[in-house]
This record gives sequence, structure tokens and C-alpha cells, in this order.
Amino acid sequence: MKARVFVTLKPGVLDPQGKAIHHALEGLGFAGVNDVRAGKLIELDLAEGTSDEDIEAMCRKLLANTVIENFRIERMTDA
Amino acid sequence: MKTAVVVFPGSNCDRDLAVALEQVTGRAPTMVWHRDSELPEDVDFIGLPGGFSYGDYLRSGAMAARSPIMRAVADAAARGVPVLGVCNGFQVLTETGLLPGALMRNAGLNFVSRAVELRVESTQSLFTSAYESGETIRIPVAHHDGNYQADAETLDRLEGNGRIAFRYAEEVNGSARRIAGILNVSGNVLGMMPHPERAIEAAHGNTDGRRLLEGLLEAVA
Repeated sequence: MKARVFVTLKPGVLDPQGKAIHHALEGLGFAGVNDVRAGKLIELDLAEGTSDEDIEAMCRKLLANTVIENFRIERMTDA
Repeated sequence: MKTAVVVFPGSNCDRDLAVALEQVTGRAPTMVWHRDSELPEDVDFIGLPGGFSYGDYLRSGAMAARSPIMRAVADAAARGVPVLGVCNGFQVLTETGLLPGALMRNAGLNFVSRAVELRVESTQSLFTSAYESGETIRIPVAHHDGNYQADAETLDRLEGNGRIAFRYAEEVNGSARRIAGILNVSGNVLGMMPHPERAIEAAHGNTDGRRLLEGLLEAVA
């Protein structure tokens, strides 16, 4: 069983990397990009029966720093 | 004074901190490996050094914060043992929750490596008693993730309770309210991005960092 964890900066938290990407896109001539936020995608290969609570605990204890980051868990069906 | 320095894989200022502690206290610290689960008995001070523990994987300090020795460090901090986290050590302290907030990528995206001026904001701690309030000191920084951020409520609380130990006198990395170092509620845990162990002897350019350790020695001894 696989799950994906998306870790993103909370709204309002300054994202210097996103800003740099934004500038680079503009430098390449892509107009109309209003904002860029960079985050992380973590793929977990899990034992069958791993509960949502377990995955959430992984996120809270390590994968995300909840002071500055939000996370979203997406279970993948038969990857 | 019996001191200990924790060494993580990727620490690179552990020996500088050890040399500084030996010079000031007259006694070499015990170097404690991250996999150890116990600190030396009756330790009077714990240092978390700078560097790139675990290659900064996931987030700076994130892996080190979950290593076995950090449970012992948290227990010791709760008993009132002074703990100083420098640079990566500061990142480890925020990741363990011993200090609030987080250290993010420098606002300018560049790695900043130079001596900077700091204003001593609080002299009411074990670490800052040898300084004068409002004094400007010069301490080197060398970091990529030194941009201190916390929510407004936390920042107000830090300011209101005199828990901001040092502020940058100039813009360095985008830190909220120019915070360079903060204390925990009890005042026995200090995290700071600048490296006091790099300003210990005349050959370093100045000795402003030495007074931090001297003040601590006096307060603890």
C-alpha cells in the first residue's frame, strides 16, 4: 500500500524558494504567473493495514513541521 | 564546570565548541554521540554545535531532533541544565520544540558567512549576564537557514518576556523582528544562529563570544 504526503508551507509563511522560482519563470518569459509556493512530496510504501492515524502521526512527529507547514495525505489505490 | 557537546553525523563545529569550552572552563567537554541515550552524570552544561546534521535532510535539524540523545537533552533542560544550541544546534532546538518557531531558508536565498553586529537584548539569563543591555557585539554567522519565523503571538510573547537574547543590528537573513537568538521560558535554553565559539581568542578577530561562556561559567559555578 502506498501513500503520498504533501507538505506545504502554511499560507502567509514567506517562501523564498517559491519567490526565486517565480522570478526564474518570469525571466524565461512566462507571463501571468501570480505566485509560486514550493513544497515537498513524500511517498510512503506501507504495510497493509497501516491506519490513517498512523500516517497522520508520522506527519506530525517528523514529516511536517507544523509550526510552519501543513500536510495532506493521499492514499494511493494499487500503485 | 562539567560540560558536554553532542555530536551528530554532519556536525562540523563540535570541535570548535569543545576548544572554546576547554579554554574558558579549563576542562575538556565530554563529546556525546547522537546515538547515546545518556549524558554524563552531573553535567552542568550541554552544547549543540553547528553544522549540517544528517545533511539537512527533510529540514535543517529535523533528523537530529529525533535522535536518542535529544530525549536526554530535553530531560536535562527540564531539570534546569543550561543548553546552548548554535546555528544547526538552534535548528535542532526548534525542531524538538524546546524553543518556539522555526528557522527557514534565508530570505535572500544566499548562504551568509560573515561577522555581523548583534544587539544584546536581554542580560537576564545565564548566557548573557556578562554583557551589558543594549551593547553591540560582533559574532560570525555562517548559515543558509537562519531566517527565524514564528506567529505574531509567539513573537510578542518572546519580546514581552525578555526572551529575545540577541537581535541582528543589521539585516542578515530576513528573521522576524531581526531575531538572532532566543531563550526558553525558564531562561536555561538558548538558541542562536551566530557562532560565539568563533569569537573566543584574539586570532579570531574579536573575543565577544568568549564572554557568553565566561558569563555562563560564573553563573553556574
